[in-house]
Order: sequence, then C-alpha cells, then structure tokens
Amino acid sequence: MAAPKSNVEEIRNRVILGEYGVRNVHTTDFPGNYRGYDDTWDQKKFEENFRVDIIEMDESTGTLEFDMVGIDAAIANAFRRILLAEVPTMAVEKVFIYNNTSIVQDEILAHRLGLIPVKADPRLFEYRSAGDEEGTEIDTIQFQLNIKCSRNPRATKDSTDPSELYLNHMVYTKHMKWIPIGNQADLFSEADICPVHDDILIAKLRPGQELDIVMHCVKGIGQDHAKFSPVATASYRLLPEISLMQAVEGDLAEKLKHCFSKGVIEIENVNGRKFAKVVNSRLDTCSREVLRYEELKNKVKLARVRDHFIFSVESTGILPPDVLVSEAIKVLMAKCRRFLDELDSSQVD
Amino acid sequence: MDVLAEEFGDMRPEQLAAPVNTVEEKWKLLPAFLKVKGLVKQHIDSFNYFINVEIKKIMNANEKVTSDADPMWYLKYLNIYVGMPDVEESFNVTRPVSPHECRLRDMTYSAPITVDIEYTRGSQRIIRNALPIGRMPIMLRSSNCVLMGKTPAEFSKLNECPLDPGGYFIVKGQEKVILIQEQLSKNRIIVDVDRKGTVGASVTSSTHEKKSRTNITVKQGRFYMKHNTLSEDAPIAIILKVLSFCNSTLCKAAPVTIDGQAMGVESDQEIVQMIGTEEHVMAAFAPSLEECQKAQIFTQTQALKYIGNKIRRQRMWGGPKKTKMEEARELLASTVLSHVPVKEFNFRAKCIYMAVMVRRIILAQGEHKVDDRDYYGNKRLELAGQLLSLLFEDLFKKFNSELKKISDQIIPKQRAAQFDVVKHMRQDQITNGMVTAISSGNWSLKRFKMDRQGVTQVLSRLSYISALGMMTRISSQFEKTRKVSGPRSLQPSQWGMLCPSDTPEGEVGGVEDEMEITPNTELLKELKHLLDNLDILQMQLDIITRPYIIVKKGNPAVTNKHIEELTQGYRNFEDFLHESLVEYLDVNEENDCSIALYEHMITKYTTHLEIEPFTLLGVCAGLIPYPHHNQSPRNTYQCAMGKQAMGTIAYNQRNRIDTLMYLLAYPQKPMVKTRTIELIDFEKLPAGQNATVAVMSYSGYDIEDALVLNKASLDRGEKVENKQVLVNKSMPTVTQTPLEGSAQPQQPQFRDVPITYKGSTDSYIEKVMISSNAEEAFLIKILLRQTRRPEIGDKFSSRHGQKGVCGLIVPQEDMPFCDTGICPDIIMNPHGFPSRMTVGKLIELLAGKAGVLDGRFHYGTAFGGSKVKDVCEDLVRYGYNYLGKDYVTSGITGEPLEAYIYFGPVYYQKLKHMVLDKMHARARGPRAVLTRQPTEGRSRDGGLRLGEMERDCLIGYGASMLLLERLMISSDAFEVDVCGQCGLLGYSGWCHYCKSSCHVSSLRIPYACKLLFQELQSMNIVPRLKLSRYNE
Repeated sequence: MAAPKSNVEEIRNRVILGEYGVRNVHTTDFPGNYRGYDDTWDQKKFEENFRVDIIEMDESTGTLEFDMVGIDAAIANAFRRILLAEVPTMAVEKVFIYNNTSIVQDEILAHRLGLIPVKADPRLFEYRSAGDEEGTEIDTIQFQLNIKCSRNPRATKDSTDPSELYLNHMVYTKHMKWIPIGNQADLFSEADICPVHDDILIAKLRPGQELDIVMHCVKGIGQDHAKFSPVATASYRLLPEISLMQAVEGDLAEKLKHCFSKGVIEIENVNGRKFAKVVNSRLDTCSREVLRYEELKNKVKLARVRDHFIFSVESTGILPPDVLVSEAIKVLMAKCRRFLDELDSSQVD
Repeated sequence: MDVLAEEFGDMRPEQLAAPVNTVEEKWKLLPAFLKVKGLVKQHIDSFNYFINVEIKKIMNANEKVTSDADPMWYLKYLNIYVGMPDVEESFNVTRPVSPHECRLRDMTYSAPITVDIEYTRGSQRIIRNALPIGRMPIMLRSSNCVLMGKTPAEFSKLNECPLDPGGYFIVKGQEKVILIQEQLSKNRIIVDVDRKGTVGASVTSSTHEKKSRTNITVKQGRFYMKHNTLSEDAPIAIILKVLSFCNSTLCKAAPVTIDGQAMGVESDQEIVQMIGTEEHVMAAFAPSLEECQKAQIFTQTQALKYIGNKIRRQRMWGGPKKTKMEEARELLASTVLSHVPVKEFNFRAKCIYMAVMVRRIILAQGEHKVDDRDYYGNKRLELAGQLLSLLFEDLFKKFNSELKKISDQIIPKQRAAQFDVVKHMRQDQITNGMVTAISSGNWSLKRFKMDRQGVTQVLSRLSYISALGMMTRISSQFEKTRKVSGPRSLQPSQWGMLCPSDTPEGEVGGVEDEMEITPNTELLKELKHLLDNLDILQMQLDIITRPYIIVKKGNPAVTNKHIEELTQGYRNFEDFLHESLVEYLDVNEENDCSIALYEHMITKYTTHLEIEPFTLLGVCAGLIPYPHHNQSPRNTYQCAMGKQAMGTIAYNQRNRIDTLMYLLAYPQKPMVKTRTIELIDFEKLPAGQNATVAVMSYSGYDIEDALVLNKASLDRGEKVENKQVLVNKSMPTVTQTPLEGSAQPQQPQFRDVPITYKGSTDSYIEKVMISSNAEEAFLIKILLRQTRRPEIGDKFSSRHGQKGVCGLIVPQEDMPFCDTGICPDIIMNPHGFPSRMTVGKLIELLAGKAGVLDGRFHYGTAFGGSKVKDVCEDLVRYGYNYLGKDYVTSGITGEPLEAYIYFGPVYYQKLKHMVLDKMHARARGPRAVLTRQPTEGRSRDGGLRLGEMERDCLIGYGASMLLLERLMISSDAFEVDVCGQCGLLGYSGWCHYCKSSCHVSSLRIPYACKLLFQELQSMNIVPRLKLSRYNE
C-alpha cells in the first residue's frame, strides 16, 4: 500500500480521479518548478528510473502489453502516435481493374482491397518515388486476383444454399496471387508475401460475374491513409493506484470489492473480521464505481501513476508487435537525428 | 350488492383484488396487423374498391347511350372490367409488363379497361364482349397489379423490391402518389358561427348523382334555409311544412307549415315536436312559426307555391314543362339534403333531418357550443380510389356524350355501311385523361366544380423512409397562405390517428401530417346512426379508425394465450377481429369509449385497451430512439431530416435509373432500435452508421454544431455514392422536317446536338440503357456514378434533430482515446445539448454503448425501451463508468483530459446536402444577354451579388471607388458616345440627332443604364444626359 505522501509528491507523481473530473493532469516537474526538487534532466537519473517490462506478448493474436515507466507523457505519446501513423507498411495502392462484373463498384472494390493487410516486410522495400506509375522490384509487390463464379454442376436440385449452388461465389483474400517482379522470386518465398489473413471477404459473386484485377502494393505510412497503419490500435493507460484511506470492513468491504474489477480488492480475514485489501490495482478499469456510494466515497483514493504507461499494441499481423515498437523507436530516433542535423546546418548559416 | 353479485358472480375476493393481468408482448399484434393491413393499405384498398366495385357502379349509372337522331338506336353497357397491366408490342399483340420495365422505359403502368356492350346496328341487336375503351393506370400491389400475391423471390425476378410498399402509380416512367386528402366530412351537420357572429348549421350533401350544400341560418330570431338553387332564403318553417305535409298527402290531404310544411309534418305541433318540446327550444322556434302564419301559409300547396316562386330559373331544355309546385317538390326531394333518401315523395326522413339541424342550432345558441371544424371526427379522407373514380366518371360521361354526338351526326346521313358505334369508340380519350391527370396532378372536373392542383406528387426516393413517409402523408384541404392557427395546431382528437411529430416546419406547418402506423381507413363502412327514433343509414366514407383491444369486465379480451397462438401462427389479425378481441374505433366512437393506456389503468368503466402506446407515432418519428425524452420540436426536425438521410433505397436500387439517387456504401443498422424500426423493416434498408461519439470540445472547429471527424474512420470506409442521369452522347438530329410534297426527297440534313456532361467532378458511367418508350421513340439512359468520401462541409445528423456539418477532419493519432484504446469517429460539442434538450440522444448513447459491450441491440421504443438503470448497470459490469463518462487521454499531449468524456456509439445519418454539390465561386464568367451583367445562380456559373444592403454599407463608408468597381467596372461597364448638345446617345462618334460629331464625347456607364435610356426612349420619354468637364 502506498505510503502517505506529501501533497507536492502527489501533485508531481499522481493523476487523481475525482468524482467530477481528473486532477493534476499535467506534468509539472519542470526544472525549478518545485523548491527542493532537482528536476534538471539527467541522463543517469533517467537511466536509473526508466524501465520497460514486457508483460505479455501473444504472437498469434499479435498483441503486446508492456510497461514503460519513468518517462514523460509527451515521449510515451510520441511512440503511440508513431505506431499509429508513421511506421511504414505495404498496402495495395494501385488497382488495375481489367474486368469487374460483380455488383461491387470499382472504387469500392479498390478501397476494400486497399484495406487488406499484406504480409510483407516493409523494411525490405523502398518508398515509390512520386510520379512513378510502373513500379520496380524494390518498391512494388504485385498481386493478381482472377476469379470467375459459375454454377456448381454437382449441386442438388432443391438446394438454396449459395455455397452449394455456386462455385467461387465468395472472393477471399486467399484468391489473391502474388506475382513476383524481377528478382523478387529469388528473395522471397510464397510465405513471405501474402495477405495476413486468407479469409477476408472481398466480394460476393454470382454465376457469370468475374473479377480480373492486378494490384500494386507500395510502402506507405498511416498518416497518408489508415490502410498503411501497422496496428489495429496502439494505446496506453496509466497504472491505476487505489489506496484505502480508512479500513473498510464487513459488508462495506464486500461492497467495495464489487465496485472494482475482479481481483483488485480482496477480503482479508483478520481475527474473524473481514477487511478489504487492495491486491492488484493494475487490473482496475477505472470505472469509478466507488464514487457513486456516499459511504465509500471518502474511504478510497483513486489515482494513476503519472509516469507509468501500460502500453497495449495490437498488430495487424504484418509485423510482430515487438518489432513494431522497435521500429517506432527507430522512427523517433531518425526524427531526432534529422532535427539535430537541421539545427547544426542552420548554425552554420 | 345484488348488482355486484351479478357483475362478479362467483369470484372470490382475492380474485377480485388481483391486479389486471398484463398481456405480455401484446405489441406482437402490430406485425400481425401490418401483415394484414400494411402501411399503405388505405391506398391499395381504396384503389381495389374502385377498380372492382365502384367502376361497375359508375357504368351502371351511365349505362345507356341514346341518340336524338334515331330513337331505335342505343348503346348499353353490360359490364366493365379492368384487366392486368400490359404493353402493346405491335398491333394488337400485347404482353404483360412489369412495373420496373415501365420505370426504365418511361412508360405508364396501365391496364386496359374493357366493356361488354349491347347496341344496335341498323335493325340488328349486337352484343360485343371485351371491347377496350381506354387504359387505367394501375396502382402497384393492387389487386390488378402483377405483384399481387407474389413471394419475395418472385419479386426479385421482376426486379422489384419486396419491401417496397406499393400504393403508387407509374406514369410516364415516374412514380406518382395520390396524396391522401383531408376534408371536412360530407353529409354531416356542422354547426358553426358565421362572420356576423350568428350560429348556423350546414351540411354538404354528397351522393353519386349530386353534390349540394344546405345551410340553415338565423336572422332576427327566425330560421331560414339557404340553398344556391333558391333565389332568397326560405323560412325554415315553410320548408318543414312542405316536407311534413308531403308525407301526409300520401294518405290524406292536410296542411303543413312552410318549411316543415313541405316535408310531411302534420301541423305546427308536429314540427315543434320534432324540433323539441323543451321550453327554450319552443320559444326559440316560435318566431319562425309566426312568420309562416304571417306569410299566410297553412297548407302544403301554399308552401310549395311559395318555394316554387323562389326557385332560381334554370335553363331547361326539353322535357315536359313542370309547374312551380312540381319544381319545388322536385327540388326538395332531390337537391336539398340530397343524401337523405326520399322514396315516393316520402319526406319524413328529410323532415326530421332538417328538424335536427334546427334543433342543433337552438341548442348551440347562446353558449356558442358550436362544432369544432378541426375536430377529427368531422374530417374524412379522400383517397386515390375516390379521386380516380371521380375522374373516371367524368371521362366516361364525356366518352358517352361524344358517342352520342357522333351518332347524332352520322345516323341521319345515308351511308353504304350502317352506323357502327364500335368503330367510333376511341380509346385515347379516357387513357390520356387518366394519364395527364395523374402525371400533372391537376384534377379539374367541371361537373363538381372541382379544380385542384397538386393532387399527385412524385414519390420521393431519397431514402426508404422518405418513400414510406410520403405514402402515409395526409395533405389537408385548406389554403396554406392563410394565417390561422386552428387547422395547423394539433387536435386532441387526432390522438392515435395522426403523428404529432411529423409535420413540416414553417409555412406549411401542420398542413401536411403523417398518418400513424396503426390507423386504418375503413372504406364504405355503413354506420347506423340513430336519429330521433329514426334509422337513417349514413354512408360514411373513409374514416380513420384504429384498432383497440376490447376490455370486458375489467379484463382485456386478448390474453397471453391468444398472443401465443398468434406467434405460433394459429391465428391472424382477422381472427382477433372476428372473435371480438380487437375492434376498430373511429374518432367519434372513441368519444363514447373509455380507453386505458396500460393494463394497470383499467377501471370498471374501461371499455378498451390501447395495444401499444408507441403506435402514437408515425413512420418517421418511429425511428427516433427514446423520443419521449426529447423536446418535441426536435422530434419534428428529425422527421424532416430522416427523409434526407442517405442509405439504401430499396433492394432494387442497383437496377433503378433515377434522376438522382444517394446511396451509402456501408450502411449499418442502428445499435439502438425501436419496435417501429422492426415493423417497417428499416433494419433491412438502413440509412446511417453507428459512429463512436465523444461529447467534448475539440479544436474550435466544432462551434455551431459542427462535428469533428476522425480521418482514419473515413479511410476505413464511410463512403457515399451518388447517381444521376445525364446523356453525354452526341446525337444527330434532323434539323428540318421534310417539306411537304414540293421538293424531291432530299437527303435529310443532320446537325450534332451533343448532350454533354456538365459537372464539377468526374463521374463514372455505370450503365447505359438503350430502349424505346411506349411511343417507340428512341430512349437512352446513362447512369453515372460518383463515389464520395465525407469531407469538410458535409452535413450529418443524429436521430434527434441535431444536424451539423463536418468542421474538421482530424488524423487518428490526434484523437483522444480511452483506456481501452478506442478513439471516437465523431467529436460533438456539448453545447449542442443544453438548449436542445435532446435527452433521448444521451440515452441512445448509453444504450448503444451497453449494447456494443453486450453484443446485442437495445430498444429505444417510445414510451418504453431499455431502462437507463439497466443499461448503466450493464456498463458497470463491463468495467465502464456508470454514467457513460470515460477517462480519456488527449491524443495531442498524451496527458489525460481534465474532464470525463461522455463516450459511446450514436447512430448518425449522412444527409444529402454535400459541399461538392453546393460549392461555387467565380472570377469571371458568363453574362446575361439582356443586361450584360453576370448571370445568377450556381447552375449558370453566376456571380455573387453585391446586393442593396451591401451597397448601402459601402455608401455609408464612403468607398466610392469600390462601389464603382463593383457595380460597373466588374459588372457591365459599357462605352457610350453621348452628344453634349442634345444629350442623346450617339453612335461611333456621331450624333444622329444633331447630325454632327462636334460635341460627341465618350464615357463609361453601366450597360443596364444605357438599356434604361433606350427603353425609356421607346416609351416616348427622352432622357438627356448633361455633360460637364470632370475638373470644372
């Protein structure tokens, strides 16, 4: 349980969840802002405080949860923003429709194709230069989708199920075929370049309708279009901290337990009396349910640790989430380097 | 006690005290009702009645055509039928036609009207069957429509949407609706105060043969009858006398008072007895009797003579000359109060009717207890069937008189071939008459002095809702310009019949209303009205009725068992009616009933129980979740906006080629539904998307209801499509029709008249249709498509009358996000709430959020729906805040926001107003020919006008050069030569008036000014310009 802190300490380190609003939202530990605190930037101090703990990583779902502790919100947010918008991926950008007799209009079809996550390591490709229509092996991946729907000759007569009546009436991503350009066939295998999921429905067809499409995937970033975003979402929350101001016992303890997510509060038996105890405040979803009860409201303090970010990254499957995070860091580093370079060059002038 | 024992029989006390059983899910009656009746059943029933029954009556009434030229010649109609819709392929070869083909090929969906006739040719009597006399436009889904009784699969084969309500016509490829017209009831006594402040009663009688209006007024305490066939007002007592005497003359000769005296009442005493024997009633009527005495009218003959003298002279051609008495008797029998039948001059019924009118006036006097014209029981509805039957009758009569005219002309002439009418029966008169009336909406029938415009309207296909809304619309018959509040305001008697929300704003407010879901117009329901011991069969047409559950002895007749049987399909709605579990009530009947809204309100006096209170709202208002929590004007606004929402129109939308069609690429069904939404299948043809909304201020681009949209959400697909027809092909056209006879067959000349595509943005051609219309003319339709993405300035709205334009599109990373990483699709400014008081929207958000978490849809049905408490508890269970306010982190700073943000999904509609269609700017461009000033309007690439008020500002500011620049130089500057001597306009340095060029100087004036001078000259006014040096 958190030791009683001085007020300044709380303002500096905690975000307080009040009944009607959030207090102490802003970072205030600027150098010289507080008497008796040395807030000047210090590499050593930062290195001592800063840590990253990987909590959970699931390769199959592409999710990653990690803690980033001891860093300013602006930097943590920068990582989140870069993950969303600036880590490049490959996505369908140009669609050459040779034939489309389906009911899906060309534009909509192209849009749908664009949103399909394409598994291809973007680090191995270059951005396509502006005005380049053709594309080369270093900046383009080509897919082909050629499918025609027909009646199933073996369908039973009285069947009404479309999947039995027709062949190829559902166009899935598995129907997309990678056409290597140049030396791509030597560099990559079939497994390296393909749509991430093979069961994304692209269009539905009826007998006689067909699609004949060639797609060009290029490298791009989420800022340009959300289809290039490598994550389904990337966000963070601050570590919740629940502290009991008074001992809560008996039925109230029971009630308190129900006010939080499962596993946050447990009941402890001390000499036959039931006491509530905060076990794991990390699990709380911060629904602030306690604050609705007059009798509990003042016995609890809801806070969040200002510099403890619980990141959650959900990859679209193109790259594993850990790679995405390290890529994001690289992007930020590149930006910093560029900024420093610019500073240097302007000093020369 | 005995009474109680009788009433409650052997029920035990606890049984008596038990609460009234609630009928679970009695709303299930509604889908059953709609299955039988349908939303547009009024239209279809009325049309069916017309083509199956009424048309035969019309034929019977006009069955014989005779000729003055030959008394032996006649034409008699034996039968009349309306067939199935078809189209003539080639001469006399027809083929059934589908409605969709008519839409595409700009044809009329019509069926032949055929007759069986018997006529004479020479001395022969001939019977001909199935002779076409014209074509009748067929209402979709009526009994003669090809869609009748088809399954959804068959519908799709015909390219028709099974959810389409039908009830409209397709005329020249356009879908036309005959709006329901609301009118003051016919054949009903209405007591009213006239302009002078006196009480009077009036009846508009309407039967097949005649329409007349009878007024009874009071003048100096005496009653008079006013009728336009009488040259002056007739004292009522005299008329009553005639009427009462006539009755008795059948058996014996006896006198009557003037009014009553003509109608069969024995004596003054009998007249008074009919009117009423209360002291004050007798006192009120006494002066009228006195007048009768003064006029020396004691017998019926005297009375009839008196009336006969007052009859307005009518032109009478032919026929035996009638005496004045006969004329008077005829008039009273057939014209005055023509709806009360008179058989063999037995005037008793009519006499009593008139007495009742007098009595009503007497009772209404003093306290001014007059009838309310706006009371809905005094209203009746005129539907497609009646309007068409009027039209058809008129055309049929014209057709017959034409035949008579032809026979009169041709029979006397000696010809080789004998006169055969069949050869002169031309189809086009009736066909064209029907088609032009429906396509133009002008109903002008001379016989009834009817001349109405705008009876039909083009069915609005902006959205499914707009089409449905139009089919249930009622337009009232009163001048829209008049500033009277009465007809515009909501009448308590409209409860349950008309939707209180759905009415247009402004000028036409209240004039057009929407019908509700359940009301049902009964056609030709014969009601027996007891009128003072006398049964008068009143034919009441088209009253709105509404189904109610019958309550017997404090218990609803419908029980859970019945509903169970209904859901299992053992029963249908008709069975409920037949077993007297449910019955229809009209507005007048409702007055004599005690109707409970809910079971717990049932008392021992209750006669009926409401099925479900949400049926109070119409189709459009039924889409609103939690409308009972909203301020009422907001619901009205939403009713108007729901019709502009883009989405899906019908299942056949991809096959339609409409002038303009707005579709949504990915429509969604709303998270918060209502029962109405399910009933009208809005879920199957939705118009909108569930957007995650954060109610917060963001960026300042959200003032005045503007919305902030998430760019990533747009990237991921909120798309819009727009279609419009334009022919952008060049076609060779014949410039001249070949000259008649004179020249040799020349090579016809051609000229290119390309119809080009005009549009600010490109379109794709989706399909091209080449066909021919009914007249075999070449027809090309090209369907163009634009796919649009929401952009700044596009208009959106929630379902609570809260519209707003998109003010800013923000990248996802800048959007705030909650703990679970969700960021909103739309940010809405909270200032939209306090003044609008749309609490329903707040609840929709909560219910939507809980629904998303729970994986189910919540209901926001009016006067019901999911409870806020339950919904909020769901939120807590999933770890969200009870109030729906989330802890949110700013996407820009990365720090938490100081306020908790109200966050969750709300159903948003995209309205048809898009900037792309509206944006307009011009630097230079076309000018009007006459004034040489810039053209006006976006469509003509016009300039933006610096108007009078703007001009005043510039004058006030003294910016003279700016004014000069705006009003002349940049507009219509024109160089003119003016002669300094005569002050007239010259021409290329030469004054034509002075015949010299000495004093001519050149100056710049607006072209409009020069034009004015010349126009004045043409009117013999000579404007002269006085010139002086600029610097003198």
